[in-house]
Amino acid sequence: MDKKTGEQDLKLVIAGHVDHGKSTIIGRMLADTDSLPDGKLEQVKETCRRNSKPFEYAFLLDALKDEQAQGITIDSARVFFQTDFRQYIILDAPGHIEFLKNMVTGAAHAEAALLVIDAEEGVQENSRRHGYMLSMLGIKQIAVVVNKMDLVDYDQQTYDDIVEEYTDFLHEIDIEPMTFLPVSGFYGDNVADQSANMSWYEGQTVLELLDSFKNEALPHNKPFRMPVQDVYKFTKGGDDRRIIAGTAVSGELNVGDEVVFYPSGKKSRVKSIEGFNEDRQHKLKVGKATGFTLEEQIYITRGEVASRSDENDPEVSARIEANLFWLGKEPLTKDKVYQLKIGTARAKARLEQINRVIDASNLSQDEDKDKIERHDVADVVFKLDKAMAFDLAGAIEETSRFVIVDNYEIAGGGIISAALEDEQSWVREKVMRRNYKWEQSLISREERAEKYNQKSTLVLITGEEDVGKKPTAKALEKRLFNDGKVVYFLGIGNLLYGVDADIKNGEDNHKEEHLRRLAEVSHLMLDAGAILVVTAVELTQSNLELIKTTVNPQQIETVWLGENVTTDLEFDLHIPEFTSEEQVSAQIKGLLQDRGIIFRPW
Amino acid sequence: MDHLDKLESKSIHILREAYSEFKNICMLWSVGKDSTVMLWLARKAFFGHVPIPLVHIDTSYMIPEMIEHRDKLAKEWDLDMIYGQDEESLAAGETFPEGKLTHLECCGRLKTDALKNTLNGNWRRYRYNHNTDQYELDDNREAYTGVIVGARADEEGSRSKERYFSPRDRNNDWDIGDQPPEFWDQYKTDFAPGTHVRIHPLLDWTELDVWEYIQREKIPMVSLYFDQGTGKRYRSLGCAPCTEPVDSTAATVEEVVEELKTGKFSNIAERDGRAQDKEDGGGLEKLRKDGYM
Repeated sequence: MDKKTGEQDLKLVIAGHVDHGKSTIIGRMLADTDSLPDGKLEQVKETCRRNSKPFEYAFLLDALKDEQAQGITIDSARVFFQTDFRQYIILDAPGHIEFLKNMVTGAAHAEAALLVIDAEEGVQENSRRHGYMLSMLGIKQIAVVVNKMDLVDYDQQTYDDIVEEYTDFLHEIDIEPMTFLPVSGFYGDNVADQSANMSWYEGQTVLELLDSFKNEALPHNKPFRMPVQDVYKFTKGGDDRRIIAGTAVSGELNVGDEVVFYPSGKKSRVKSIEGFNEDRQHKLKVGKATGFTLEEQIYITRGEVASRSDENDPEVSARIEANLFWLGKEPLTKDKVYQLKIGTARAKARLEQINRVIDASNLSQDEDKDKIERHDVADVVFKLDKAMAFDLAGAIEETSRFVIVDNYEIAGGGIISAALEDEQSWVREKVMRRNYKWEQSLISREERAEKYNQKSTLVLITGEEDVGKKPTAKALEKRLFNDGKVVYFLGIGNLLYGVDADIKNGEDNHKEEHLRRLAEVSHLMLDAGAILVVTAVELTQSNLELIKTTVNPQQIETVWLGENVTTDLEFDLHIPEFTSEEQVSAQIKGLLQDRGIIFRPW
Repeated sequence: MDHLDKLESKSIHILREAYSEFKNICMLWSVGKDSTVMLWLARKAFFGHVPIPLVHIDTSYMIPEMIEHRDKLAKEWDLDMIYGQDEESLAAGETFPEGKLTHLECCGRLKTDALKNTLNGNWRRYRYNHNTDQYELDDNREAYTGVIVGARADEEGSRSKERYFSPRDRNNDWDIGDQPPEFWDQYKTDFAPGTHVRIHPLLDWTELDVWEYIQREKIPMVSLYFDQGTGKRYRSLGCAPCTEPVDSTAATVEEVVEELKTGKFSNIAERDGRAQDKEDGGGLEKLRKDGYM
């Protein structure tokens, strides 16, 4: 058979309730289109003969021992197959509830889905659940195959009843199925050939249906988005390019365009589009794993989202409302910290609120649940430990999706429906504006770090009153200064009568504005390449988060001095006993060496 | 973007994710066509550089042209090249070619055990010194926590169940029934201490895709894949005693592609010439569970 090449292939998922015949339909398609390797059919028949069981088309897929023992598909195996029109990669999704996460894995990679329903058993729990998951995963082309028509004597009324019941369900979750087809996978009716047993049906066969699915077009006409995977500077062979690398998930970018990175709000202009072993490009296209260089040496890290200044900005927030499905063994609860990943960014996330929990198998709702169990779907609010850039579900799907990691495993997925205000929103707006307007120096951050032989860092020393914070800070400054470091001790009082003079005597509590200004001053000192030592009384986590909104969180080290920890601060180092400023400052210096901020002598 | 462009971008995206998310990462390079394509994709992903060490498991029975090809590219492409092997079994002559082990036992030692112990740093590693053109004992014994492998889903049944990022536990075990979900370009990049992750950038590629990409990109391949006038060529590479060439007169990449598309191999599985696949129905799955690539 002539293999199709150069054309678009299509990834197709086959979903549905357990034992409704998904694997049989695939096996039948493989056999009827001559897609099997020579000898495969014979080999499987031989295995059946040896094990004294009747041959089934489903066995063609069950290449693994584990699976055959249980007789059910446990994972989404990939099967390659082709019609005269194009090549398909079929993902056979397991129908057993235990393996919903495998079904999700298969379905998420698909451009189209066949949902299989057993004519005899009718619509079952996972027929509905899988339908719901397909819609959440963003699969738009869904067709429903009513299988095992042979078991109901090819009865049109049975078929029509299922079509009506399931159409009603799909409409409730806003899915418009492309079509329904009556089929017998076992006998091959309406799979590759039109069935003689159902003269009342004049629609497509399964194969005709597959060839009528469209390849999903990538969103090239939406605003440009590229989550930054990394910034590469490989200097081998004298390469001095600094390349922002990533995969463009929507829109287009041209050489000369002004790009803005979020959540930082930093901007520059595209100097070149880079590649290896390919012609020089002037336009960067959606879907391509690519990279570009910038006119200016702005400091960007993995996790930022590149966008264009002449298009709509992404949302930036540390609180989100989302529609979520949960696959974790442990329920999703409010008292635990999770990792949330969007694109290439990650943050710590706490479940703040559960608006409602939906049972995807029957659409029943519950507004009083305090946790989200495995296989539930829910509307929730998450609070993040730092701001992230994203889009809303209706705007750009690719950048509205996130996953939750619990205990090292991806345990759930969600789609962001709203960006909510958070405590730091007012500060963040100012910071983004500052970054956007920032006048760029000719000296890069790396060059400064190399020159001074240190990484610029804010060292925050906190604790109760009178535990020796200031003597420690001053001793640390002196110690690092004597080592030849560029270091500065900034006393809070030194700000109060200068930078803060206008708000010093206000009636309002200006604590947050004081903090913001301290953080802005720190930001300047850090940009100048310095190590800055600051003391503060009983810093809280919320205070730190405000500072982290203004100063790059990776450039902050916090030390709690004194036995009593009186706030919720998540510090980097705890020194319970103030022995002497000499000893304590030496301990802090050790921390800076451990973190690679300054180097330990050989 | 055409079919190959899509495959290429997906693989590059995965390579970059792996590089950013794992501190101790390596790429297995067998010198065969698949892992050489993967190496090429790494050069594309990192704009001409390969910032990831390449690990080769040398059974010492490799067809000699493979080792030559390996060292030639290591030099030309400035690769951080490392190899490891089962020195003990080889010294004792406990191998299949020496008649002391079966096929599967031999693969189990020279490939599986050697791989496991090279990756976790228990056995010696040898690293290519570009100044002296020699392999030298490597001081670095740190375990690799991310291992990039050129497996393809179409190769045989068990590989079709792999994830792009598949966890392996302390004993290199692969729990096929309980793999983490993978969707929306999010992968398993968090892992418990002592475990590691296998990364499969080529999972969606078929044998034909690989050859068409080699043709398009003009990737240098070891000459064993082409008929040198004997009417035979290798379709799949391995140890000399256990890998048979196939009858074919395809002498160029173009002819190999043509043969796969329309010729006699269009419906014959690629690993047909490999002995270990035939010994028992679940042989390869067993080997894979033990860590065989």
